[in-house]
This record gives sequence, C-alpha cells and structure tokens, in this order.
Amino acid sequence: MKIAIPADNNNIDSKVSQSFGRAPFFLIYDTETEKSDFLNNTAASLQGGAGIKAAQLIVDSKASALLAPRCGQNAADVLKSGNISIYKTEATSLMENITAFKENRLALLQDIHTGFHDKYRV
Amino acid sequence: MTNIAFKKDLKIAVLSGKGGTGKTLLSVNLAAAASQSNYIDCDVEEPNGHLFFKPKWHMKKDVCVKIPVVDESICDGCRKCVDFCRFNALAYINNRLKIYEDICHSCGGCVLVCPLMALTEKDKVIGKVSLGNSEDVRVLSGMINIGESSGTPIIKELLSQSRSLSDKRPTFIDCPPGSSCIVMESIKDADFCLIVMEPTIFGRHNFDMVYDLVKLFNKPNAVVINKSIDGYNPSEDFSDKNEIKILEKIPFDKELGLLSSNAEIAVRKSVKYRDFFSSLLEKIYVEVSNETVTHT
Repeated sequence: MKIAIPADNNNIDSKVSQSFGRAPFFLIYDTETEKSDFLNNTAASLQGGAGIKAAQLIVDSKASALLAPRCGQNAADVLKSGNISIYKTEATSLMENITAFKENRLALLQDIHTGFHDKYRV
Repeated sequence: MTNIAFKKDLKIAVLSGKGGTGKTLLSVNLAAAASQSNYIDCDVEEPNGHLFFKPKWHMKKDVCVKIPVVDESICDGCRKCVDFCRFNALAYINNRLKIYEDICHSCGGCVLVCPLMALTEKDKVIGKVSLGNSEDVRVLSGMINIGESSGTPIIKELLSQSRSLSDKRPTFIDCPPGSSCIVMESIKDADFCLIVMEPTIFGRHNFDMVYDLVKLFNKPNAVVINKSIDGYNPSEDFSDKNEIKILEKIPFDKELGLLSSNAEIAVRKSVKYRDFFSSLLEKIYVEVSNETVTHT
C-alpha cells in the first residue's frame, strides 16, 4: 500500500513537516516496493484552503494512509471522503515513522484541529 | 447651524485600529448632535450602537450569499471548477464534488466555468440588517451570524440600504476595528474619515495601520484623541510628525465614561457634552469644506 507523509525536504532523510496543508513536500512511500516518491505540495503557498488542496493531492496520489503530526478539519474531511486513514507520527524523521507504521505502532490521529483559517473567529 | 458649504448627505466614517478606542462613542454622539442624521453600525461582528440608541426597529432583513450546489447526475468530474477556485472551496473526491461552504467567497466563478452547467447557486443566510429610529436619528445596524467568517456582504447591504434612503442627511459610519476588508468596505463611500486614537503606544501602532489605509483610499481625514491625559502622548507625537490634523481631544473623563457604561448618549443627557460634540461636528464640517476647496 501507499502511504503519504508531509516532509520538510524532498529526500528520505528529511524530517516530518509539522504542518499538513503547508508542508513543502509529500513523501509517497510504497510499503511493498519500498519505493519513495516526493510530490511538491502546490498548496503550500496558497492564500486559503491549503488543507483542502493538499488533501486533494494526497487522494489523487492513491495513498491509503497519511502519517502526520496534525491535521485540520477540512483536510481530514477530504481525506475521509477519499477513504484515507490518518495516523499520528511519533518520531521526527520520515524513516522512523515508516518503520513504526509497518510495525503497527502508530495510532490513528484523534485530535483533528478546527484549522488555522478560523483562528480569528469567536 | 452653520453657513459652511458642504454637501448635505455627507458620509463620515469613524474608524480606529484598536477596538475600544471610542468609535461608537464618537459616531453615536456625533449622529445625536447632528440630530437629523443616519447612524450605520458596520461593526457587524459586535454591533453596539443600538445599545445606546435603543431604536424602535421597523425593518429587519436577512443577508444572504450565494453558495454553489452541484447536480451530481450532470457533473462528469472535469475539475474545471476545482482548479478555478482560488480559495480551494471545492474538491473532487471519489467521483464526487465536495463543496466547503465556509471557505467559499461567493464569487460565482465555478458556476461560470462549468462546461456542463452542473453547478447552480443557493442562498445562504449569513446575518441580518435592521433599520430603526431613535428620536431624529435613523439607525441602521448589521449583525453577522456566529461562525460566519466575513461580514463584508452585510456591510455592503447596510450601505446599499443607506443609499436607497437618498435623503439629504449626514451619515455617520461606525466602522469595525482594524484595517481589513470589512473596514475597507465600510469607508469606501465615505467623504471623510475621522480616526479615533488612544494616547498609548498600542493605540499609536494601530493608528499607523489605519492611517495607511485611509491614505491608500485617498480620503480626507483628521484625528480625534480619546481618553486624552496630560503628559507625554505617543499618539499626538505621531500626528505631529506626520502632519495629521488633531481636531479634538476628548479628556479622560469619569462622567463621560459613566454615561457610556450606562448605555446613555452623552449628547442627549448633558448640555456640556451636547456643546462639546456639536463643536466637534462643526470642526468636521469646516474640515470637509476645506478639503473640498483644496480638491477642486
């Protein structure tokens, strides 16, 4: 299966990006072939709706799971509609999380935040 | 009241960078001092002018925006709408178009670019406007629904309502705080911008941003310092450096504070304040007529 992870850099030694929608890259990793592909996150620099756009990219990449430290509501909704499970990353590097995922050590991400787009709302 | 020449339907926007500076105090009291006037509360996220005017409402109207709706039996998933939307309110997932209403800015672009005409629009209520009277002052007030992100359509409706009144009265626009889109919408049609400023470093900082906005819109303007105290005044300092005219200083005054905290209009309660705000109004009219001369 394919898994997606937001990444700070487009190489396998990179750290996991702390943001989903604004991550510079996404690693698309195939757990069977162990092949890595890096996608440029075209949503990273968008004014608004980056989470939705980034989630659309992940759905289009045919990944079945996303490994991320956090995820906003709209992005999570898109991913859910695309039948993509979201797991919470534990370690800082991409490889450590891939290993943890393969060994079933990652838990599903529970705390979906309301998104940073409405931080000014009451 | 005066022989100064200015148009009778003058629109004066009262604004400030920081909240709690005195926009409502000024606009409410100026409107009350002008007597036959219109007061528009554009601070739609937390309108409070009506608490002072306690108007008798005679009109309430919902404000709607347009949100796209998809006919899934027509949509073939070409994604032209998804690519078009610069706010990314649309996603195409699992052969279905998903529409995020909270993100949508109601531009209508998706409906236009759909080659199959699978998209139509529906109304979504985001708030309301109310029109009422308080003595001789006509009160227009807008209110956004909780959870809605942009009050701009409500302010547009308020200003369009005020235009349709088309009477020769001065209008006082109580703006939202800050210098964002909703403030731009509020001052767009104003003839004059009255900036309220606090004698604090925070007040001066926020004034700086509002002043940039007013300059950008090329609006005649002047400043009123509220809660003015003796001693060093960062706001006055800033006005002097930038050659911004200070029309009046409202003293840090317990009596005025008490009247306001009891939701009373000072002008209607005390001759002292009636005279004070009438004299300020006169100064604004002089300022506007000077501006008209310099600009023609």
